[in-house]
Amino acid sequence: MEQETEVKKKATIIVISGDFDKLFAAFSIATGAAAANMDVTMFFTFWGLRGIKKNMRTGRSLFGRMVGLIESGDVTKANPSKYGFLGMGRWMFGKMMKNKNVSGLSELRQLAIDLGVKMYSCITSMEVMEIDKKELIDEVSGVAGVALMVEEAQNSEFSLFI
Amino acid sequence: MAENIKVDLELDLRGLLCPLPMVRVSQNIAKVPVGGIIKAVATDPGSLADIPSWARTTGNEVVKTERADKDITFFVKRLK
Repeated sequence: MEQETEVKKKATIIVISGDFDKLFAAFSIATGAAAANMDVTMFFTFWGLRGIKKNMRTGRSLFGRMVGLIESGDVTKANPSKYGFLGMGRWMFGKMMKNKNVSGLSELRQLAIDLGVKMYSCITSMEVMEIDKKELIDEVSGVAGVALMVEEAQNSEFSLFI
Repeated sequence: MAENIKVDLELDLRGLLCPLPMVRVSQNIAKVPVGGIIKAVATDPGSLADIPSWARTTGNEVVKTERADKDITFFVKRLK
């Protein structure tokens, strides 16, 4: 039996980047911390929303739809921060990682979810980018603001901004 | 030799890379009784640092590590 009386240490990860490499680092650290018995909370804001978006077109206004078009796709469409080359880099890294048997972003995210990592989306960036709650994956625990993030960070052993 | 360590669960983690070997050990540790041993075979050199570190932070113990060729074998004891 697990002893649940012991209070778990916390970790907070704020994800502002939608880059493949940074999302990869964020989900790896979240998974590692959860495996080390930590209570992990991730906050996704701005470009980071890609990390928890469903594969669907977003936006209502002209600009919103433009952003939705340029930022279309889910986590599997994230491009690396270097070697973008209009999608070539994503393809190349995907192949290199598959060859080396490294898990992909969506598998890593699923592992994090399975290990109990909590994921919140930033309400303001959702408003600005016109992304609706139903356009995010169902595993998202909720929509939150900076106050919850600050509260979590205050009680955390470490907080990261990626 | 290693044969006198009683193993409760064997994990084949060959080919997996960070953070998976450590995560797989953590997902399986509750399957052995307290005092029980997981024998985990990995090939990721990163696991040499990761699995002992995971054990320290979770209060478990790597009682023995063996290397043969590319295989790195950990004997992890569940302490609580």
